Amino acid sequence: MTTGSIILMIIGLTVTWGGAAICISLAMRKRDI
Amino acid sequence: MAQREEWGTRVGFILAAVGSAIGLGNIWRFPYMAYENGGGAFLIPYFFAMLTAGIPIIILEFGLGHKHRGSAPLTFAKVSKNWEWIGWWQTFVAFVISVYYVAVIGWALNYVFLAFGQGWGENPGDFFFGSFLQLTDSPMKFGGIRWPIFATTLAVWVINWAVLFSGVKKGIEKANKIFMPVLFVLILIMIGRAVTLPNAADGLQWLFRPDFSAIMDYKVWTAAYGQIFFTLSVAFAIMITYSSYLPSRSDINNNGFITVFVNCGFSMLAGIMVFGVLGYMAAQQGVGVDEVVGSGVGLAFATIPKAINLLPASTLFGVLFFLALFCAGLSSMISLSEACCSALMDKYGWSRKFTTSAYAIVGGLISIVFVTRGGLLVLDIVDHFINNFGIVFTGLVEVIVLAWLFKTDTIRQHVNKLSDFTIGSWWLFCLKVITPIVLGYMAIMNLIGDIKEAYGGYPGSALALYGWGVVIGIVVLSFILQATKTASVETK
Repeated sequence: MTTGSIILMIIGLTVTWGGAAICISLAMRKRDI
Repeated sequence: MAQREEWGTRVGFILAAVGSAIGLGNIWRFPYMAYENGGGAFLIPYFFAMLTAGIPIIILEFGLGHKHRGSAPLTFAKVSKNWEWIGWWQTFVAFVISVYYVAVIGWALNYVFLAFGQGWGENPGDFFFGSFLQLTDSPMKFGGIRWPIFATTLAVWVINWAVLFSGVKKGIEKANKIFMPVLFVLILIMIGRAVTLPNAADGLQWLFRPDFSAIMDYKVWTAAYGQIFFTLSVAFAIMITYSSYLPSRSDINNNGFITVFVNCGFSMLAGIMVFGVLGYMAAQQGVGVDEVVGSGVGLAFATIPKAINLLPASTLFGVLFFLALFCAGLSSMISLSEACCSALMDKYGWSRKFTTSAYAIVGGLISIVFVTRGGLLVLDIVDHFINNFGIVFTGLVEVIVLAWLFKTDTIRQHVNKLSDFTIGSWWLFCLKVITPIVLGYMAIMNLIGDIKEAYGGYPGSALALYGWGVVIGIVVLSFILQATKTASVETK
């Protein structure tokens, strides 16, 4: 895999799962999940 | 009037919403769309579409369902008595999809058993269309029932009925609390296997290679919006119905963001799994990945089984793959059915037990068409028309009516009052301007495309009956249902 492909794969996973993790942690902080 | 059912936990609602959004398309459509439309560069329009259409529409539907506490027809009727038909239109779209989607889940269940010993043989493509489906040469020729498919489709209907019959908390929530974790474990095991295969990186290179020239092409942007729109189960009554079961104090905005992020994250994982396997398969056959790549039914039931044949410990991977398809499909099937049953219960005041049983019988009888030898051809036509003229047009009408003719800001105030973080006026701008423009363009292009050229080269009579007939028929039925007397609807 080229560096460009690896970077885009990491961006894709970070935006989606990172976004989900932030939102879930926000809900967990309120003990609402 | 009986108290509306509620989810037992917030996580139960999120898993059900995610279970509805994650379907077969995440596994067999997203990877190909990304590959076809610029590879890694596709992620730019994809994420832009996610933020400007996916998240705004899902918050709109969550907010509407939660505020008005009703299925789609009841919710639209509460917004304005004249708009109840839009809710019925969306409900009929869900009904039509459910009666053919169940057959595809039935195929997947058959393939779970076939995976033991690779029952699809050396040439899975020929096996699928020949021995398995025994496909006729015309959608007007049913050619009799395929009993193995009938049996598994019946099993899916029975499971679906049992879940719905048990109610929101004890049925739908419980089922999704089982199916979703199982689905994620299955996909993670398969990714672990796929990325450690020789030449898997070649496949991933094809998926993520960035072709930035593609993002200058408007068709790539339309494809990204289309993918986001189809993957989130919006505009077919489901999200409005599911959110109507939320308790009065519920964080709508955060739930919307979580649902969208997890759904899109799952698509990324599915892409990695599928292209990892395709990279290995291409190398084994001494061809390029571009020669083995595909999407849809062909990818799942012909290409992947072919790749499975080449894998070490192929039985395990085969069982896991088709079990994942089964779980992803069933959780979506449950949501489609619930959207329809909930609408009937709200309109006529029928009990859950009666409604879900009647739905299973009527839906089951109609879905027999799709387990005949000509079933795939009928399915192909209905699926094309219901996607292009059902979902896209209901979505377009929904955003135009709600964003332009209704005080949508009341929904924004409602969700902001309840949520951890608020949404600003960007949300309204996306709904008023961006989404209608993109959906309007898609609707016009779809219409022109199908008027210019007969879809799939099928005979005009088949397209008139299963295509135009269905999409026009459900609009007419929606107006008829709006005009019929209501037993329990309390409109403002």
